[in-house]
Amino acid sequence: MNKHLKSRYPFTMLFLFISSALMIFPFVWMMLSSFKTPADVYSYPPKWIPSSFKFTNYEEVFKKIPFIRFYANSIFVSVVQTVLQIAISAMGAFAFAKLEFPLKNKLFAFMQSSLFVPEIVTIIPLFLLAASAGLIDTYTGLIIPGLNCAFTTLLIMSFFQTIPNELIDAAKVDGCGYIRVFLEIMLPNSKTAIGTASLFAFLTHWRSYMWPLIITNDVKMRTLPIGLKYLVTETGTEYQVLMAASVMAIVPVLIVYMLMEKEFVQSITLTGLKT
Amino acid sequence: MSVKKKKGAQVYSIKKEQHRAAAIFVTPLLITLILLFLLPVILVIIMSFTNWTMTSTARSYVGFRNFVFVLKDPRFWKAFKNTAYYTALKLVLDTGLALFIAVLLDRKIHFRRFFRIAHFAPVVVPITASSLIWLWFYDPGIGPLNQILNFLGLPSMQWLYSEKTAMLSVILFSIWKGIGYNIILFLAGLQSIPESYLEAARIDGASEWQVFFKVKLPLLSPVTSFIIMMGIINCFKVFTEVDVMTPNHGPLESTLLMVSYIYDQSFTRGKMGRGAASSLILFLIIFAFTMIQRRLGRKEISFD
Repeated sequence: MNKHLKSRYPFTMLFLFISSALMIFPFVWMMLSSFKTPADVYSYPPKWIPSSFKFTNYEEVFKKIPFIRFYANSIFVSVVQTVLQIAISAMGAFAFAKLEFPLKNKLFAFMQSSLFVPEIVTIIPLFLLAASAGLIDTYTGLIIPGLNCAFTTLLIMSFFQTIPNELIDAAKVDGCGYIRVFLEIMLPNSKTAIGTASLFAFLTHWRSYMWPLIITNDVKMRTLPIGLKYLVTETGTEYQVLMAASVMAIVPVLIVYMLMEKEFVQSITLTGLKT
Repeated sequence: MSVKKKKGAQVYSIKKEQHRAAAIFVTPLLITLILLFLLPVILVIIMSFTNWTMTSTARSYVGFRNFVFVLKDPRFWKAFKNTAYYTALKLVLDTGLALFIAVLLDRKIHFRRFFRIAHFAPVVVPITASSLIWLWFYDPGIGPLNQILNFLGLPSMQWLYSEKTAMLSVILFSIWKGIGYNIILFLAGLQSIPESYLEAARIDGASEWQVFFKVKLPLLSPVTSFIIMMGIINCFKVFTEVDVMTPNHGPLESTLLMVSYIYDQSFTRGKMGRGAASSLILFLIIFAFTMIQRRLGRKEISFD
Protein backbone atom coordinates (compact mmCIF):
# COMPACT_ATOMS: atom_id res chain seq x y z
CA MET A 1 0.00 0.00 0.00
CA ASN A 2 1.46 3.37 -0.89
CA LYS A 3 1.82 6.38 1.36
CA HIS A 4 -1.23 8.29 0.14
CA LEU A 5 -3.54 5.40 0.80
CA LYS A 6 -2.11 4.66 4.22
CA SER A 7 -2.68 8.19 5.45
CA ARG A 8 -6.34 8.06 4.50
CA TYR A 9 -6.91 4.57 5.86
CA PRO A 10 -8.50 5.67 9.18
CA PHE A 11 -10.95 7.91 7.33
CA THR A 12 -11.89 5.09 4.95
CA MET A 13 -12.53 2.70 7.80
CA LEU A 14 -14.52 5.24 9.79
CA PHE A 15 -16.69 6.17 6.83
CA LEU A 16 -17.34 2.56 5.83
CA PHE A 17 -18.19 1.54 9.38
CA ILE A 18 -20.65 4.41 9.73
CA SER A 19 -22.31 3.79 6.38
CA SER A 20 -22.46 0.02 7.04
CA ALA A 21 -24.06 0.74 10.39
CA LEU A 22 -26.68 2.91 8.68
CA MET A 23 -27.38 0.17 6.14
CA ILE A 24 -27.77 -2.51 8.80
CA PHE A 25 -29.60 -0.35 11.34
CA PRO A 26 -33.11 -1.00 9.92
CA PHE A 27 -32.54 -4.76 10.22
CA VAL A 28 -31.25 -4.46 13.78
CA TRP A 29 -34.20 -2.22 14.64
CA MET A 30 -36.56 -4.75 13.12
CA MET A 31 -35.14 -7.66 15.10
CA LEU A 32 -35.01 -5.81 18.42
CA SER A 33 -38.47 -4.35 17.92
CA SER A 34 -40.03 -7.72 17.17
CA PHE A 35 -39.65 -8.48 20.90
CA LYS A 36 -41.02 -5.19 22.20
CA THR A 37 -44.20 -4.93 24.21
CA PRO A 38 -46.80 -2.27 23.29
CA ALA A 39 -45.61 -0.41 26.41
CA ASP A 40 -42.04 -0.35 25.04
CA VAL A 41 -43.29 1.03 21.74
CA TYR A 42 -45.61 3.72 23.05
CA SER A 43 -43.63 4.89 26.07
CA TYR A 44 -41.99 8.29 25.82
CA PRO A 45 -39.27 8.40 24.80
CA PRO A 46 -39.71 5.10 22.89
CA LYS A 47 -37.43 2.32 24.08
CA TRP A 48 -34.80 0.99 21.69
CA ILE A 49 -34.04 -2.20 23.60
CA PRO A 50 -37.04 -4.41 24.44
CA SER A 51 -37.73 -4.91 28.13
CA SER A 52 -37.93 -8.69 27.67
CA PHE A 53 -37.30 -11.20 24.90
CA LYS A 54 -40.56 -13.07 24.51
CA PHE A 55 -42.08 -14.41 21.30
CA THR A 56 -45.53 -12.92 21.97
CA ASN A 57 -45.46 -10.77 18.82
CA TYR A 58 -44.59 -13.79 16.69
CA GLU A 59 -47.61 -15.63 18.08
CA GLU A 60 -49.70 -12.53 17.36
CA VAL A 61 -48.69 -12.65 13.68
CA PHE A 62 -50.10 -16.15 13.29
CA LYS A 63 -53.29 -15.14 15.08
CA LYS A 64 -53.86 -12.02 13.00
CA ILE A 65 -53.07 -13.19 9.49
CA PRO A 66 -52.74 -16.58 7.76
CA PHE A 67 -48.99 -16.09 7.71
CA ILE A 68 -48.06 -19.71 6.99
CA ARG A 69 -50.47 -19.73 4.08
CA PHE A 70 -48.88 -16.56 2.64
CA TYR A 71 -45.45 -18.06 3.07
CA ALA A 72 -46.43 -21.36 1.49
CA ASN A 73 -48.08 -19.52 -1.42
CA SER A 74 -44.96 -17.46 -1.99
CA ILE A 75 -42.63 -20.44 -1.86
CA PHE A 76 -44.83 -22.59 -4.08
CA VAL A 77 -45.44 -19.89 -6.68
CA SER A 78 -41.83 -18.68 -6.87
CA VAL A 79 -40.36 -22.18 -6.99
CA VAL A 80 -42.69 -23.35 -9.76
CA GLN A 81 -42.10 -20.11 -11.66
CA THR A 82 -38.34 -20.45 -11.34
CA VAL A 83 -38.32 -24.08 -12.50
CA LEU A 84 -40.62 -23.38 -15.45
CA GLN A 85 -38.82 -20.22 -16.46
CA ILE A 86 -35.34 -21.74 -16.29
CA ALA A 87 -36.45 -24.86 -18.21
CA ILE A 88 -38.05 -22.78 -20.98
CA SER A 89 -35.12 -20.35 -21.03
CA ALA A 90 -32.43 -23.03 -21.13
CA MET A 91 -34.16 -24.79 -24.03
CA GLY A 92 -34.56 -21.57 -25.96
CA ALA A 93 -31.00 -20.53 -25.14
CA PHE A 94 -29.70 -23.81 -26.57
CA ALA A 95 -31.54 -23.24 -29.85
CA PHE A 96 -30.30 -19.67 -30.17
CA ALA A 97 -26.72 -20.50 -29.16
CA LYS A 98 -26.06 -23.73 -31.01
CA LEU A 99 -28.69 -24.51 -33.66
CA GLU A 100 -29.42 -23.05 -37.08
CA PHE A 101 -33.04 -22.57 -38.03
CA PRO A 102 -35.16 -20.33 -40.23
CA LEU A 103 -36.19 -16.89 -38.87
CA LYS A 104 -33.64 -17.28 -36.06
CA ASN A 105 -32.54 -13.61 -36.13
CA LYS A 106 -36.10 -12.34 -36.36
CA LEU A 107 -37.19 -14.45 -33.40
CA PHE A 108 -34.20 -13.29 -31.44
CA ALA A 109 -35.00 -9.63 -32.08
CA PHE A 110 -38.63 -10.33 -31.13
CA MET A 111 -37.50 -11.78 -27.82
CA GLN A 112 -35.14 -8.89 -27.16
CA SER A 113 -37.85 -6.33 -27.85
CA SER A 114 -39.92 -7.75 -25.00
CA LEU A 115 -37.25 -6.48 -22.60
CA PHE A 116 -38.05 -2.87 -23.48
CA VAL A 117 -41.70 -3.06 -22.48
CA PRO A 118 -42.30 -2.34 -18.79
CA GLU A 119 -44.60 -4.54 -16.72
CA ILE A 120 -47.26 -1.86 -16.30
CA VAL A 121 -47.91 -1.83 -20.08
CA THR A 122 -48.67 -5.54 -20.42
CA ILE A 123 -50.32 -5.93 -17.04
CA ILE A 124 -53.62 -4.27 -18.05
CA PRO A 125 -54.37 -6.58 -21.00
CA LEU A 126 -52.87 -9.57 -19.17
CA PHE A 127 -55.31 -9.01 -16.36
CA LEU A 128 -58.23 -8.97 -18.82
CA LEU A 129 -56.96 -12.12 -20.54
CA ALA A 130 -56.43 -13.90 -17.24
CA ALA A 131 -59.81 -12.77 -15.92
CA SER A 132 -61.64 -13.99 -19.03
CA ALA A 133 -59.83 -17.33 -18.72
CA GLY A 134 -61.13 -17.59 -15.13
CA LEU A 135 -57.65 -17.40 -13.62
CA ILE A 136 -58.34 -14.88 -10.85
CA ASP A 137 -57.47 -16.35 -7.44
CA THR A 138 -55.82 -19.42 -8.94
CA TYR A 139 -52.25 -20.65 -8.79
CA THR A 140 -52.15 -20.89 -12.58
CA GLY A 141 -53.09 -17.22 -12.72
CA LEU A 142 -50.34 -16.33 -10.27
CA ILE A 143 -47.69 -18.48 -11.93
CA ILE A 144 -48.02 -18.39 -15.73
CA PRO A 145 -48.51 -14.67 -16.46
CA GLY A 146 -45.68 -13.88 -14.03
CA LEU A 147 -43.11 -15.74 -16.15
CA ASN A 148 -40.50 -13.58 -17.77
CA CYS A 149 -38.25 -15.73 -19.91
CA ALA A 150 -36.49 -13.28 -22.24
CA PHE A 151 -33.89 -12.09 -19.80
CA THR A 152 -32.94 -15.46 -18.34
CA THR A 153 -32.72 -16.83 -21.89
CA LEU A 154 -30.16 -14.17 -22.83
CA LEU A 155 -28.23 -14.85 -19.63
CA ILE A 156 -28.04 -18.62 -20.16
CA MET A 157 -27.38 -18.20 -23.89
CA SER A 158 -24.26 -16.14 -23.21
CA PHE A 159 -22.88 -19.12 -21.25
CA PHE A 160 -23.95 -21.73 -23.78
CA GLN A 161 -22.03 -19.82 -26.45
CA THR A 162 -18.79 -20.42 -24.57
CA ILE A 163 -19.21 -24.22 -24.76
CA PRO A 164 -17.03 -25.36 -27.68
CA ASN A 165 -18.87 -26.67 -30.75
CA GLU A 166 -16.33 -29.54 -30.93
CA LEU A 167 -17.93 -31.08 -27.84
CA ILE A 168 -21.29 -31.09 -29.58
CA ASP A 169 -19.86 -32.36 -32.87
CA ALA A 170 -18.10 -35.20 -31.07
CA ALA A 171 -21.32 -36.22 -29.39
CA LYS A 172 -23.15 -36.01 -32.73
CA VAL A 173 -20.56 -38.32 -34.33
CA ASP A 174 -21.17 -40.76 -31.48
CA GLY A 175 -24.81 -40.76 -32.51
CA CYS A 176 -26.31 -38.47 -29.92
CA GLY A 177 -29.46 -36.57 -30.79
CA TYR A 178 -29.81 -32.89 -29.92
CA ILE A 179 -31.97 -33.66 -26.91
CA ARG A 180 -29.20 -35.79 -25.46
CA VAL A 181 -26.64 -33.11 -26.36
CA PHE A 182 -28.75 -30.61 -24.41
CA LEU A 183 -29.22 -32.85 -21.38
CA GLU A 184 -25.77 -34.44 -21.25
CA ILE A 185 -23.45 -31.72 -22.53
CA MET A 186 -25.04 -28.27 -22.31
CA LEU A 187 -26.66 -28.52 -18.88
CA PRO A 188 -23.88 -30.31 -16.96
CA ASN A 189 -21.30 -27.87 -18.35
CA SER A 190 -23.13 -24.76 -17.28
CA LYS A 191 -24.17 -25.48 -13.72
CA THR A 192 -23.00 -22.09 -12.45
CA ALA A 193 -24.84 -20.28 -15.23
CA ILE A 194 -28.06 -22.15 -14.53
CA GLY A 195 -27.55 -21.52 -10.81
CA THR A 196 -27.03 -17.80 -11.29
CA ALA A 197 -30.04 -17.51 -13.59
CA SER A 198 -32.20 -19.51 -11.15
CA LEU A 199 -31.17 -17.30 -8.25
CA PHE A 200 -31.98 -14.22 -10.29
CA ALA A 201 -35.37 -15.63 -11.35
CA PHE A 202 -36.29 -16.79 -7.87
CA LEU A 203 -35.50 -13.43 -6.30
CA THR A 204 -37.56 -11.60 -8.92
CA HIS A 205 -40.56 -13.85 -8.32
CA TRP A 206 -40.17 -13.90 -4.54
CA ARG A 207 -40.32 -10.09 -4.47
CA SER A 208 -42.99 -9.76 -7.12
CA TYR A 209 -45.69 -7.31 -6.08
CA MET A 210 -47.91 -5.80 -8.78
CA TRP A 211 -49.13 -8.93 -10.56
CA PRO A 212 -49.96 -10.93 -7.38
CA LEU A 213 -51.74 -7.83 -6.08
CA ILE A 214 -53.97 -7.62 -9.14
CA ILE A 215 -54.68 -11.29 -9.82
CA THR A 216 -55.72 -12.21 -6.26
CA ASN A 217 -58.63 -11.03 -4.14
CA ASP A 218 -59.03 -13.98 -1.81
CA VAL A 219 -56.91 -13.69 1.35
CA LYS A 220 -55.99 -17.37 1.01
CA MET A 221 -54.35 -16.75 -2.36
CA ARG A 222 -52.22 -13.78 -1.35
CA THR A 223 -48.44 -14.08 -1.45
CA LEU A 224 -46.16 -12.88 1.33
CA PRO A 225 -45.34 -9.37 -0.01
CA ILE A 226 -49.07 -8.61 -0.32
CA GLY A 227 -50.12 -10.48 2.83
CA LEU A 228 -47.81 -8.46 5.06
CA LYS A 229 -49.85 -5.38 4.25
CA TYR A 230 -52.84 -6.80 6.16
CA LEU A 231 -50.96 -5.89 9.33
CA VAL A 232 -50.99 -2.21 8.37
CA THR A 233 -54.27 -0.62 9.33
CA GLU A 234 -55.57 2.91 9.15
CA THR A 235 -56.54 2.91 12.80
CA GLY A 236 -53.16 2.24 14.27
CA THR A 237 -50.61 -0.28 13.15
CA GLU A 238 -49.12 -2.55 15.78
CA TYR A 239 -45.55 -2.00 14.71
CA GLN A 240 -44.08 -4.62 17.00
CA VAL A 241 -46.25 -7.34 15.41
CA LEU A 242 -45.42 -6.00 11.96
CA MET A 243 -41.72 -6.33 12.80
CA ALA A 244 -42.13 -9.93 13.92
CA ALA A 245 -43.71 -10.69 10.54
CA SER A 246 -40.96 -8.78 8.72
CA VAL A 247 -38.28 -10.75 10.57
CA MET A 248 -39.84 -13.99 9.35
CA ALA A 249 -40.05 -12.62 5.80
CA ILE A 250 -36.59 -11.09 5.66
CA VAL A 251 -34.23 -13.22 7.77
CA PRO A 252 -34.40 -16.39 5.60
CA VAL A 253 -33.53 -14.28 2.55
CA LEU A 254 -30.65 -12.63 4.39
CA ILE A 255 -29.27 -16.02 5.46
CA VAL A 256 -29.40 -17.38 1.91
CA TYR A 257 -27.76 -14.18 0.73
CA MET A 258 -24.89 -14.42 3.21
CA LEU A 259 -24.28 -18.05 2.28
CA MET A 260 -24.31 -17.32 -1.45
CA GLU A 261 -22.90 -13.81 -1.52
CA LYS A 262 -20.55 -14.58 -4.41
CA GLU A 263 -23.35 -15.87 -6.63
CA PHE A 264 -25.51 -12.86 -5.84
CA VAL A 265 -22.77 -10.43 -6.78
CA GLN A 266 -22.03 -12.43 -9.90
CA SER A 267 -25.66 -12.35 -11.00
CA ILE A 268 -25.53 -8.55 -10.76
CA THR A 269 -22.24 -7.94 -12.53
CA LEU A 270 -23.15 -10.39 -15.28
CA THR A 271 -26.64 -9.18 -15.86
CA GLY A 272 -26.30 -5.51 -15.02
CA LEU A 273 -30.05 -5.37 -14.86
CA LYS A 274 -32.11 -4.30 -11.92
CA THR A 275 -34.73 -6.66 -10.61
CA MET B 1 -18.26 -36.85 -57.54
CA SER B 2 -20.22 -39.37 -55.56
CA VAL B 3 -18.35 -38.41 -52.37
CA LYS B 4 -19.31 -34.79 -52.88
CA LYS B 5 -22.91 -35.71 -53.41
CA LYS B 6 -22.91 -37.82 -50.28
CA LYS B 7 -21.43 -34.97 -48.26
CA GLY B 8 -24.06 -32.63 -49.61
CA ALA B 9 -26.76 -35.02 -48.52
CA GLN B 10 -25.18 -35.30 -45.08
CA VAL B 11 -25.05 -31.51 -44.64
CA TYR B 12 -28.65 -31.39 -45.77
CA SER B 13 -29.72 -33.99 -43.24
CA ILE B 14 -27.82 -32.24 -40.41
CA LYS B 15 -29.61 -29.05 -41.37
CA LYS B 16 -32.94 -30.86 -41.33
CA GLU B 17 -32.17 -32.37 -37.94
CA GLN B 18 -31.18 -28.97 -36.54
CA HIS B 19 -34.42 -27.43 -37.77
CA ARG B 20 -36.44 -30.16 -36.18
CA ALA B 21 -34.55 -29.90 -32.88
CA ALA B 22 -34.83 -26.13 -32.89
CA ALA B 23 -38.57 -26.38 -33.35
CA ILE B 24 -38.78 -28.46 -30.18
CA PHE B 25 -36.44 -26.27 -28.15
CA VAL B 26 -37.78 -22.89 -29.18
CA THR B 27 -41.52 -23.60 -29.09
CA PRO B 28 -42.12 -23.23 -25.32
CA LEU B 29 -40.25 -19.91 -25.32
CA LEU B 30 -42.17 -18.75 -28.35
CA ILE B 31 -45.50 -19.63 -26.76
CA THR B 32 -44.73 -17.63 -23.61
CA LEU B 33 -43.58 -14.67 -25.71
CA ILE B 34 -46.70 -14.69 -27.85
CA LEU B 35 -49.05 -15.17 -24.90
CA LEU B 36 -47.40 -12.87 -22.38
CA PHE B 37 -45.88 -10.23 -24.64
CA LEU B 38 -47.15 -10.01 -28.23
CA LEU B 39 -50.83 -10.56 -27.49
CA PRO B 40 -50.94 -8.11 -24.55
CA VAL B 41 -49.08 -5.46 -26.53
CA ILE B 42 -51.54 -5.71 -29.44
CA LEU B 43 -54.43 -5.66 -26.99
CA VAL B 44 -53.13 -2.65 -25.06
CA ILE B 45 -52.82 -0.67 -28.29
CA ILE B 46 -56.38 -1.58 -29.28
CA MET B 47 -57.65 -0.75 -25.79
CA SER B 48 -56.03 2.67 -25.81
CA PHE B 49 -58.33 3.64 -28.70
CA THR B 50 -61.52 2.44 -26.99
CA ASN B 51 -63.61 3.47 -24.00
CA TRP B 52 -62.83 0.10 -22.35
CA THR B 53 -63.84 -0.07 -18.69
CA MET B 54 -63.60 -2.78 -16.08
CA THR B 55 -67.34 -2.96 -15.50
CA SER B 56 -69.18 -2.51 -18.80
CA THR B 57 -68.86 -4.72 -21.84
CA ALA B 58 -69.96 -1.99 -24.24
CA ARG B 59 -66.82 -0.63 -25.81
CA SER B 60 -66.37 1.43 -28.91
CA TYR B 61 -63.65 3.15 -30.85
CA VAL B 62 -62.97 6.64 -29.51
CA GLY B 63 -59.94 7.66 -31.59
CA PHE B 64 -57.31 9.60 -29.72
CA ARG B 65 -59.71 10.74 -27.00
CA ASN B 66 -57.95 8.72 -24.26
CA PHE B 67 -54.58 10.18 -25.18
CA VAL B 68 -56.04 13.70 -25.27
CA PHE B 69 -57.69 13.12 -21.89
CA VAL B 70 -54.47 11.87 -20.31
CA LEU B 71 -52.31 14.64 -21.77
CA LYS B 72 -54.81 17.25 -20.53
CA ASP B 73 -55.20 15.62 -17.12
CA PRO B 74 -53.46 17.70 -14.40
CA ARG B 75 -53.02 14.51 -12.36
CA PHE B 76 -51.00 12.94 -15.17
CA TRP B 77 -48.68 15.95 -15.23
CA LYS B 78 -48.47 15.92 -11.47
CA ALA B 79 -47.42 12.27 -11.67
CA PHE B 80 -44.90 13.16 -14.37
CA LYS B 81 -43.44 16.01 -12.29
CA ASN B 82 -43.29 13.85 -9.18
CA THR B 83 -41.54 11.11 -11.12
CA ALA B 84 -39.05 13.60 -12.60
CA TYR B 85 -38.34 14.97 -9.10
CA TYR B 86 -37.95 11.47 -7.69
CA THR B 87 -35.66 10.47 -10.55
CA ALA B 88 -33.45 13.57 -10.42
CA LEU B 89 -32.90 13.60 -6.67
CA LYS B 90 -32.50 9.87 -6.35
CA LEU B 91 -30.01 9.60 -9.20
CA VAL B 92 -27.78 12.42 -8.03
CA LEU B 93 -27.59 11.18 -4.42
CA ASP B 94 -27.52 7.48 -5.26
CA THR B 95 -24.92 7.62 -8.04
CA GLY B 96 -22.63 10.02 -6.17
CA LEU B 97 -22.68 8.06 -2.93
CA ALA B 98 -22.38 4.70 -4.67
CA LEU B 99 -19.29 5.83 -6.58
CA PHE B 100 -17.72 7.24 -3.43
CA ILE B 101 -18.27 4.05 -1.43
CA ALA B 102 -17.11 1.88 -4.34
CA VAL B 103 -13.85 3.85 -4.51
CA LEU B 104 -13.33 3.32 -0.77
CA LEU B 105 -14.00 -0.40 -1.15
CA ASP B 106 -11.69 -0.75 -4.15
CA ARG B 107 -8.53 -1.58 -2.23
CA LYS B 108 -7.25 -4.12 0.21
CA ILE B 109 -8.82 -3.16 3.51
CA HIS B 110 -9.94 -5.07 6.57
CA PHE B 111 -13.59 -6.14 6.87
CA ARG B 112 -14.09 -5.66 3.14
CA ARG B 113 -16.45 -8.62 2.85
CA PHE B 114 -18.48 -7.34 5.78
CA PHE B 115 -18.77 -3.87 4.23
CA ARG B 116 -19.87 -5.35 0.94
CA ILE B 117 -22.48 -7.60 2.55
CA ALA B 118 -23.81 -4.71 4.67
CA HIS B 119 -24.29 -2.39 1.73
CA PHE B 120 -25.84 -4.98 -0.52
CA ALA B 121 -28.16 -6.65 2.01
CA PRO B 122 -31.13 -4.27 1.49
CA VAL B 123 -31.11 -5.09 -2.24
CA VAL B 124 -32.04 -8.73 -1.72
CA VAL B 125 -34.89 -8.46 0.76
CA PRO B 126 -38.52 -8.08 -0.40
CA ILE B 127 -39.38 -4.39 -0.86
CA THR B 128 -42.69 -4.69 0.98
CA ALA B 129 -41.06 -6.08 4.10
CA SER B 130 -38.29 -3.50 4.20
CA SER B 131 -40.57 -0.56 3.47
CA LEU B 132 -42.71 -1.61 6.44
CA ILE B 133 -39.67 -1.13 8.70
CA TRP B 134 -39.21 2.36 7.31
CA LEU B 135 -42.88 3.09 7.84
CA TRP B 136 -42.12 2.89 11.55
CA PHE B 137 -38.92 4.95 11.18
CA TYR B 138 -40.97 7.72 9.66
CA ASP B 139 -43.76 7.65 12.23
CA PRO B 140 -43.91 11.25 13.54
CA GLY B 141 -44.98 10.18 17.03
CA ILE B 142 -43.16 6.98 17.93
CA GLY B 143 -40.60 6.68 15.14
CA PRO B 144 -36.87 6.58 15.94
CA LEU B 145 -35.98 9.20 13.30
CA ASN B 146 -37.75 12.03 15.09
CA GLN B 147 -36.34 10.77 18.36
CA ILE B 148 -32.83 11.12 16.89
CA LEU B 149 -33.65 14.58 15.50
CA ASN B 150 -34.91 15.73 18.89
CA PHE B 151 -31.86 14.25 20.58
CA LEU B 152 -29.70 16.38 18.27
CA GLY B 153 -31.78 19.41 19.16
CA LEU B 154 -33.57 19.50 15.81
CA PRO B 155 -37.33 19.87 15.37
CA SER B 156 -39.49 16.84 14.51
CA MET B 157 -40.51 16.26 10.91
CA GLN B 158 -43.75 14.90 9.47
CA TRP B 159 -41.86 12.66 6.99
CA LEU B 160 -44.42 10.65 4.97
CA TYR B 161 -47.29 12.66 6.38
CA SER B 162 -46.48 16.08 4.95
CA GLU B 163 -46.78 17.15 1.34
CA LYS B 164 -43.31 18.72 1.50
CA THR B 165 -41.34 15.76 2.80
CA ALA B 166 -43.31 12.67 1.68
CA MET B 167 -41.45 12.21 -1.59
CA LEU B 168 -38.11 12.93 0.06
CA SER B 169 -38.85 10.18 2.58
CA VAL B 170 -39.61 7.72 -0.22
CA ILE B 171 -36.38 8.74 -1.98
CA LEU B 172 -34.28 8.15 1.15
CA PHE B 173 -35.79 4.69 1.44
CA SER B 174 -35.12 3.98 -2.25
CA ILE B 175 -31.47 4.98 -1.88
CA TRP B 176 -31.03 2.72 1.12
CA LYS B 177 -32.75 -0.08 -0.76
CA GLY B 178 -30.85 0.23 -4.04
CA ILE B 179 -27.43 1.75 -3.45
CA GLY B 180 -25.71 -1.61 -2.93
CA TYR B 181 -26.59 -2.55 -6.47
CA ASN B 182 -24.79 0.45 -7.94
CA ILE B 183 -21.83 0.00 -5.58
CA ILE B 184 -21.35 -3.53 -6.95
CA LEU B 185 -21.48 -2.29 -10.55
CA PHE B 186 -19.02 0.57 -9.87
CA LEU B 187 -16.75 -1.80 -7.97
CA ALA B 188 -16.71 -4.24 -10.88
CA GLY B 189 -15.87 -1.34 -13.21
CA LEU B 190 -13.07 -0.07 -10.95
CA GLN B 191 -11.56 -3.52 -10.61
CA SER B 192 -11.44 -4.00 -14.36
CA ILE B 193 -9.10 -1.00 -14.73
CA PRO B 194 -5.60 -2.45 -15.23
CA GLU B 195 -3.24 -1.74 -12.34
CA SER B 196 -0.52 -0.70 -14.83
CA TYR B 197 -2.53 2.41 -15.82
CA LEU B 198 -2.70 3.58 -12.22
CA GLU B 199 0.97 2.75 -11.60
CA ALA B 200 2.00 4.72 -14.68
CA ALA B 201 0.07 7.77 -13.51
CA ARG B 202 1.57 7.53 -10.02
CA ILE B 203 5.12 7.19 -11.37
CA ASP B 204 4.47 10.36 -13.38
CA GLY B 205 3.80 12.08 -10.07
CA ALA B 206 0.00 12.20 -10.12
CA SER B 207 -1.70 12.63 -6.74
CA GLU B 208 -4.45 10.21 -5.70
CA TRP B 209 -7.03 12.87 -6.59
CA GLN B 210 -5.54 13.23 -10.06
CA VAL B 211 -5.45 9.46 -10.47
CA PHE B 212 -9.13 9.38 -9.62
CA PHE B 213 -10.32 12.27 -11.79
CA LYS B 214 -7.94 11.88 -14.74
CA VAL B 215 -7.61 8.09 -14.97
CA LYS B 216 -10.31 6.19 -13.08
CA LEU B 217 -13.32 8.40 -13.76
CA PRO B 218 -12.84 8.60 -17.56
CA LEU B 219 -12.24 4.85 -17.77
CA LEU B 220 -15.34 4.30 -15.68
CA SER B 221 -17.58 6.38 -17.93
CA PRO B 222 -19.28 3.40 -19.68
CA VAL B 223 -20.31 2.02 -16.28
CA THR B 224 -21.42 5.44 -15.08
CA SER B 225 -23.55 6.13 -18.14
CA PHE B 226 -25.07 2.65 -17.86
CA ILE B 227 -25.93 3.22 -14.20
CA ILE B 228 -27.46 6.62 -14.88
CA MET B 229 -29.54 5.54 -17.87
CA MET B 230 -30.74 2.33 -16.21
CA GLY B 231 -31.44 4.44 -13.14
CA ILE B 232 -33.70 6.77 -15.12
CA ILE B 233 -35.53 3.86 -16.74
CA ASN B 234 -36.01 2.11 -13.41
CA CYS B 235 -37.16 5.27 -11.63
CA PHE B 236 -39.96 5.60 -14.17
CA LYS B 237 -41.09 2.07 -13.24
CA VAL B 238 -41.20 2.56 -9.45
CA PHE B 239 -44.41 1.44 -7.80
CA THR B 240 -44.04 -0.98 -4.86
CA GLU B 241 -42.49 1.31 -2.26
CA VAL B 242 -44.86 4.23 -2.86
CA ASP B 243 -47.82 1.88 -2.84
CA VAL B 244 -46.80 0.30 0.47
CA MET B 245 -45.57 3.42 2.27
CA THR B 246 -48.16 5.91 0.96
CA PRO B 247 -51.26 3.86 0.07
CA ASN B 248 -53.34 6.81 -1.17
CA HIS B 249 -50.52 8.58 -3.04
CA GLY B 250 -49.46 10.50 0.04
CA PRO B 251 -50.61 13.86 1.35
CA LEU B 252 -52.17 15.89 -1.50
CA GLU B 253 -51.01 13.12 -3.86
CA SER B 254 -47.42 14.23 -3.41
CA THR B 255 -46.12 10.71 -4.05
CA LEU B 256 -48.27 9.97 -7.09
CA LEU B 257 -45.86 8.48 -9.65
CA MET B 258 -46.40 7.55 -13.31
CA VAL B 259 -47.00 3.86 -12.62
CA SER B 260 -49.31 4.74 -9.70
CA TYR B 261 -51.32 6.95 -12.06
CA ILE B 262 -51.67 4.19 -14.64
CA TYR B 263 -52.54 1.64 -11.97
CA ASP B 264 -55.06 4.03 -10.49
CA GLN B 265 -56.78 4.72 -13.83
CA SER B 266 -56.91 1.06 -14.87
CA PHE B 267 -57.61 -0.84 -11.69
CA THR B 268 -58.88 1.56 -9.03
CA ARG B 269 -61.12 3.60 -11.35
CA GLY B 270 -61.57 0.85 -13.92
CA LYS B 271 -60.94 3.17 -16.88
CA MET B 272 -58.82 0.67 -18.73
CA GLY B 273 -58.80 2.59 -22.02
CA ARG B 274 -57.26 5.60 -20.32
CA GLY B 275 -54.92 3.37 -18.37
CA ALA B 276 -53.79 1.72 -21.61
CA ALA B 277 -53.21 5.09 -23.27
CA SER B 278 -51.18 6.42 -20.34
CA SER B 279 -49.14 3.21 -20.17
CA LEU B 280 -48.22 3.64 -23.84
CA ILE B 281 -47.09 7.21 -23.14
CA LEU B 282 -44.91 5.90 -20.32
CA PHE B 283 -43.57 3.24 -22.67
CA LEU B 284 -42.55 5.91 -25.19
CA ILE B 285 -40.66 7.82 -22.50
CA ILE B 286 -38.83 4.70 -21.33
CA PHE B 287 -38.17 3.65 -24.92
CA ALA B 288 -36.55 7.02 -25.70
CA PHE B 289 -34.18 6.64 -22.75
CA THR B 290 -33.43 3.05 -23.74
CA MET B 291 -32.41 4.19 -27.22
CA ILE B 292 -30.13 6.87 -25.75
CA GLN B 293 -28.61 4.27 -23.44
CA ARG B 294 -27.93 1.93 -26.34
CA ARG B 295 -26.31 4.70 -28.36
CA LEU B 296 -24.09 5.69 -25.43
CA GLY B 297 -23.38 2.07 -24.64
CA ARG B 298 -21.71 1.58 -28.00
CA LYS B 299 -18.87 3.92 -27.06
CA GLU B 300 -16.99 1.27 -25.11
CA ILE B 301 -13.51 2.00 -23.87
CA SER B 302 -11.00 -0.70 -24.69
CA PHE B 303 -7.91 -1.39 -22.67
CA ASP B 304 -5.68 -2.43 -25.57
